[in-house]
Amino acid sequence: MSAVAEADQNMNAGTPFLEVNDLRMYFPVTEGIIIQRKVAEVKAVDGISFSMNKGETLGLVGESGCGKTTTGRCILQLEKITSGQIVFDGADISTYTKAELSQYRQRVQVIFQDPFSSLNPRMKIREILAEPMKVHGIVPDTRKRDERVRELLNICGLSTRFADSYPHEMSGGQRQRVGIARALSVNPQFIVCDEAVSALDVSIQAQVINLMEDLREQLGLTYLFISHDLSVVRHICHRVAVMYLGKMVELADCDELFDNPIHPYTRALLDAVPIPDPTVEAARDHKVVPGEIPSPMNPPSGCVFHPRCESMVDGCKAAAPEFREVKPGHWVACTEV
Amino acid sequence: MGVSSFTAIFRQCKKRIQDTWGVAVAKLLRIENLKTQFFTSAGTVRAVDGITYDVDEGETVAVVGESGCGKSVSALSVMRLVAEPAGRIVEGRIVFRGTDLLSLTEEEMRRVRGKDIAMVFQEPMTSLNPVLTIGLQLTETVQQHLDVDEATATMRAVELLGLVGMSDAERRLTQYPHHLSGGMRQRVMIAMALSCEPKLIIADEPTTALDVTIQAQILELMKNLTRELGVAMIIITHNLGVVARYADRVNVMYAGKVIETGTAKDIYHNPRHPYTIALLKSVPRLDRPRGAKLDPVQGQPPDLARLDDGCAFRPRCRYAVDKCAVAVPDLETIDGIHKSACFEKDEVDIALKVAS
Repeated sequence: MSAVAEADQNMNAGTPFLEVNDLRMYFPVTEGIIIQRKVAEVKAVDGISFSMNKGETLGLVGESGCGKTTTGRCILQLEKITSGQIVFDGADISTYTKAELSQYRQRVQVIFQDPFSSLNPRMKIREILAEPMKVHGIVPDTRKRDERVRELLNICGLSTRFADSYPHEMSGGQRQRVGIARALSVNPQFIVCDEAVSALDVSIQAQVINLMEDLREQLGLTYLFISHDLSVVRHICHRVAVMYLGKMVELADCDELFDNPIHPYTRALLDAVPIPDPTVEAARDHKVVPGEIPSPMNPPSGCVFHPRCESMVDGCKAAAPEFREVKPGHWVACTEV
Repeated sequence: MGVSSFTAIFRQCKKRIQDTWGVAVAKLLRIENLKTQFFTSAGTVRAVDGITYDVDEGETVAVVGESGCGKSVSALSVMRLVAEPAGRIVEGRIVFRGTDLLSLTEEEMRRVRGKDIAMVFQEPMTSLNPVLTIGLQLTETVQQHLDVDEATATMRAVELLGLVGMSDAERRLTQYPHHLSGGMRQRVMIAMALSCEPKLIIADEPTTALDVTIQAQILELMKNLTRELGVAMIIITHNLGVVARYADRVNVMYAGKVIETGTAKDIYHNPRHPYTIALLKSVPRLDRPRGAKLDPVQGQPPDLARLDDGCAFRPRCRYAVDKCAVAVPDLETIDGIHKSACFEKDEVDIALKVAS
C-alpha cells in the first residue's frame, strides 16, 4: 500500500471504499501495418495513488491530456492497466473472476460527458433504461421493469411520457438526466462522473448538479467527479486531486485546496479561472502561465511541470518530486514548498 | 517590427481617417431592431427578434446567453453570413461607421468582411482550412484587402504571428493547421483577424474549446491587443466569468432578445431581470466556500419557432404576473445605460433586497 493511501486510511479510520495504488497506464504507439512494432509509449497515467471513502465525492481535475479520464476508465475496467493496483471494497479488481466482474460492473457505473453520443439513437428511453436491468437480471419481470423505468425517470426529474421518446426528441439536459437514470438503473454504489455536466448550459447545469447532489444524499452514492470546471468541482466535491501530465500534483480537502493551493500548477490553474464578479476580477492579478502542456509521449524530465513553472530550480529538471504530505490531509508533489 | 511599429502604423491610419472625414466617429457600430429569421418546415424560427445595441470605438461589448438564444446568429447577421435561403435578415439596420451594411451589395460587403470587421470563431479546428498552410491563409487575407505583393504580405504575416506570441514565425508559415495545438490555432485565427487592421473584431466563443490556462493566455492576448491597437470587440460567450473579466458593457440575451443591458457592474451587482438573476445564481463560485445549494431556474428555454405574444421567459419566471402573458416588455432605462426588459423590474429589485 502506498504512503498516501495508508495515511488517508489512518485519518479516516476504516477501510477505504476504493483504493488506487501506483496506477500506471501506458498506451503503446506502434508503427507498421502488418508487423507492428512499438516505437514509443504515451504515459497517460504515470503512477498515481489515492483512496476514497464511502459516500465521498473526490474531484479529479486537470486540463486535456492530464490523464483524468484514463484514470476513470481504468477504474471502470475499460482499459487493461499497465501496472498498479485498484482495490474496490477490499478486493483487487484484477483478480476478479468473470462472475465477480459482472457484479463489479453493477456496483460501479459511469455517467459520460456527451449526452448526444452516449445514448443509442435507435433505442427508446424505455429500452435504454431497461437494458442494464435485463443484462444484470435485476428486475427479470417485464412489467416490473417498466414500473422501475418510470420510477427512474421520476427520480431524475423527467416526465414519464419520455419513456417512449427517442434521444433526439430531447434536449441536452434531459438526455443527461437519462444518462444518470441509466447509471442508477442497476443500483450502483460508486459512479464515475466523467465531465458529467460540462456540455450543459449554465442554468441546466445547475439543475443537474442539484440532482446529482440529491441522489448522493438519498442513495449514499460515492462519486469520482472528473471535470475541468473548477467552480463546479468546488461546489460538489469533498476532496480534490489535481493532475498534470499523468501525475498527481496536489490532493487536499476541497476548501483547503481552493483557499490554500500550494503547487505552482494548482495556483496557475486557479488564477486562470475567471470569476463571475467584475469587482473581484478587477482586483485580481491576472498572471498567465506561459507555454502549453507538453506531449505525454515525451514528457519533460524530472518534475513534468518544470518548463512552465515560475518557482523552478535546477533540481526540478533532474528528479521527479515526491508526493508528500505537507499538512494533515494536504499532499503536494513539489520540492519548493 | 513588433507591437510598437504596428501600433504606430495604426495610429497614422486612424489620424488620416479622422483628417479626411473631419470628425472622429464615436459610434462604431449600431444595430437597430435587427430581426433574423429561419424559415423551416417546422415553422419560422425567430432566432434574433428585434435587438438594438451599439459599440463604441475601442470598447469591448459582451453578448451573453445560453445555447439557442440567438447570440451567434446576431453576430453572423452583422457579418451578413447568415445562410440563405433558410435564414434571412428580415428587418432592421446595422450601421457601421455611418453605412448601413444591409444596403451594401455582396461585392461591397466582401470588402468589409475581414478588413473593417473581422471575426474569430469558436472552433479553431474547423475554421482553418486543413489543406492550406498557415502562411497561405494569412497572406490571402492581406493580399485580398491591402493590395500588396506577396513578399510584403509574407512580411506582414511574420509580423502578425509575432504579435500573437508565436515563436519561430517563419517556420510556422509553412506548417498546416494540424501541426498546431488548439491554443496555437486560435492564435492564428486572431492573427488573421488582425491582419488588415480592422476596427471591430467579433469573437464568437473564442475560448470555449480551450483549456483554462490556454483560455487565460488567449483572452489576455486579445485584451492587450485590442487595447494597444484601439480595436473594438464584440465578445460572444456563455461564460459569465469571462464577461466579468473583460467586458466594458454587457448585453444579456434570451430567446432572441436583449433582456438586460448595462455596464458589467450593473449586470452583476444590480441585476434587474429575473433571467439575469437566475443565470448568476446558477453559477458555482470558485472564490467562495460552498454555501447553499444552487438555485437554478427551472424548465427549458423556449422553442423559438413557437413563441407567443408574451414575455418568452414567463413560463420559467418566478416573478411573472398576468400582464407578462399578453405583452412583451420593452427595454426600459433603470439608471444611466442600465436597461431591463421586465414589467416587474422594480419588484424584482425589492424582492432581492428583502431576500438578502
